[in-house]
Amino acid sequence: MKTLKEAQEEVVEEMSMFDDWLDKYSYLIDLGATLETLPESARTEDNLIKGCQSRVWLECNKEGNIIYFKADSDALITKGIIALLVRVYSGRTLEEIRDDDFSFLDSIGLKENLSPTRAGGLNAMIAKIKSYAL
Amino acid sequence: MDIDSLRQLFPQLQDKVYGKTLVYLDNAATSLRPSGVVECWRNSAEHCTANLHRAVHHIADLATRSYEDARAKVASYIGAGSPSEIVFTSGATASINLVCYSFGRKFIQSGDEIIVAESEHHSNIVPWQMLCEEKGAKLRVWGVDENGHLSLDDLKSLLNPRTKLVCLAHISNVLGLVNPVKEVVKLCHSIGCKVLTDGAQGIVHTKVDVQDLDCDFYVFSGHKIFAAPSTGVLYAKKEILDSMPPFMGGGEMISEVKWSGTTYAEPPYRFEAGTQNISGTPTLKPALELMEEIQNSAQLSDNLKDITDYILSGLSSDPRIRLYGIPGAGYEKVPVFSFSVEQLHHEDLALILDKMGVAVRSGQMCAEPLMDRYGVTGMLRASFAPYNTMQEARYFISSLHKAMDMLR
Ligand SMILES: Cc1ncc(COP(=O)(O)O)c(C=O)c1O
Repeated sequence: MKTLKEAQEEVVEEMSMFDDWLDKYSYLIDLGATLETLPESARTEDNLIKGCQSRVWLECNKEGNIIYFKADSDALITKGIIALLVRVYSGRTLEEIRDDDFSFLDSIGLKENLSPTRAGGLNAMIAKIKSYAL
Repeated sequence: MDIDSLRQLFPQLQDKVYGKTLVYLDNAATSLRPSGVVECWRNSAEHCTANLHRAVHHIADLATRSYEDARAKVASYIGAGSPSEIVFTSGATASINLVCYSFGRKFIQSGDEIIVAESEHHSNIVPWQMLCEEKGAKLRVWGVDENGHLSLDDLKSLLNPRTKLVCLAHISNVLGLVNPVKEVVKLCHSIGCKVLTDGAQGIVHTKVDVQDLDCDFYVFSGHKIFAAPSTGVLYAKKEILDSMPPFMGGGEMISEVKWSGTTYAEPPYRFEAGTQNISGTPTLKPALELMEEIQNSAQLSDNLKDITDYILSGLSSDPRIRLYGIPGAGYEKVPVFSFSVEQLHHEDLALILDKMGVAVRSGQMCAEPLMDRYGVTGMLRASFAPYNTMQEARYFISSLHKAMDMLR
């Protein structure tokens, strides 16, 4: 398995292949399609991330010190964003997630390119991931 | 006035987003500001800053005059009986709350009923819910049908001797259909019930004549008709305003303040407590003057009609698209188009359209009960202003199709 840093660099590199934001969105949509389906039973109020225009569910399972994520969203681009986070953070240790500052997202330009309301959604996703690692 | 010279007045139309020319189709949320309004605003701030009605010095006189000129302009524009029927507020929401807390608190009693249409903006729902809760009054909902039409027969069956007020948008910000306000008013007045018309969108798309409509209250915001934000109007019939107590106490709304008691100024000043929007409110005058110029231009009104027909057919011809607010049966459509696309999330479409330079609204549009009515979590809305071109309308439809293809 790649290290956290390697996984982050890989995402940054893949996103930077596209100059145009529409292409980046297509990439995110494709990424979202690779997410393992989240069972209906995991779409609970507890797993729901608040602060997004679309609905996003993030389920976590811990095996010892390792944390695994599954996610889904009713919107495709948002699903792509959460898929990107799941790809990077699922299977990491609690310490790794706790110590990470998520700054690789800044290099992708996701935050600047989402309006404040949607960036709020991204921040809510980050906060949810962090909260699971507490 | 032709469309090119109109567009010249709005600098933001030349702006680029992500390197593409902005196509601004979120006019129902707020209009762009024309240079005449910005100049007036700036001039008020730079050369007319003084508080109103309070001092005898020259600048205070200038400031008071431009504020009162705006009041006179609003009064004549909407056909009010006199400028004293025009209360300045910070917007439609503030106007509705003013009616709620002044008129409502005094005249709505326990057991009384207030009717609101199902298609209302939250601003014309929540204050009434709050009042009903406080007073033990009942809020009743006048439902819309699948097309977004309201039935007068339904209203008749809701009205009863306990009904004190009916609150209805002139045009819903979601449906874009002109509601039969005049007929509603007639019906309500026949049983002594008052009518509040939320004209936030009506003022944009119709030539309002409050005496012809005969409604008791008509409210709107300045920012949707080119004026400065945080400007707004409450029109109410004189005898009603006279009967209303102040709801905010403070400076300049008084006649006399004694420890033994305070008497209040006459309307409209009774309702304008504290320092007003002294730089913004005067912009209502140039804004309404521009509205008049636009209404007098056959070219501009033809353009908007053509756009309306084009978008209606563009959206209706695709079976995946569901349009809300269908014209017909006496309901005229204005260029406000809310829709959803089968299987696709409004947020995805709005994000992609945004990157194509097209600004549309997405979400619940401050009308959650209406979203529930149609069983959706949100919609997309494209709303056009007189400065929008047919070319922009075509670009919107083709961008929408591209976005839909991308999300397949
Ligand atoms: C129909 C309707 N009513 C009320 C409002 C509230 O206007 P404001 O936010 O300017 O007070 C709006 C604006 O979105 C509207 O469209």
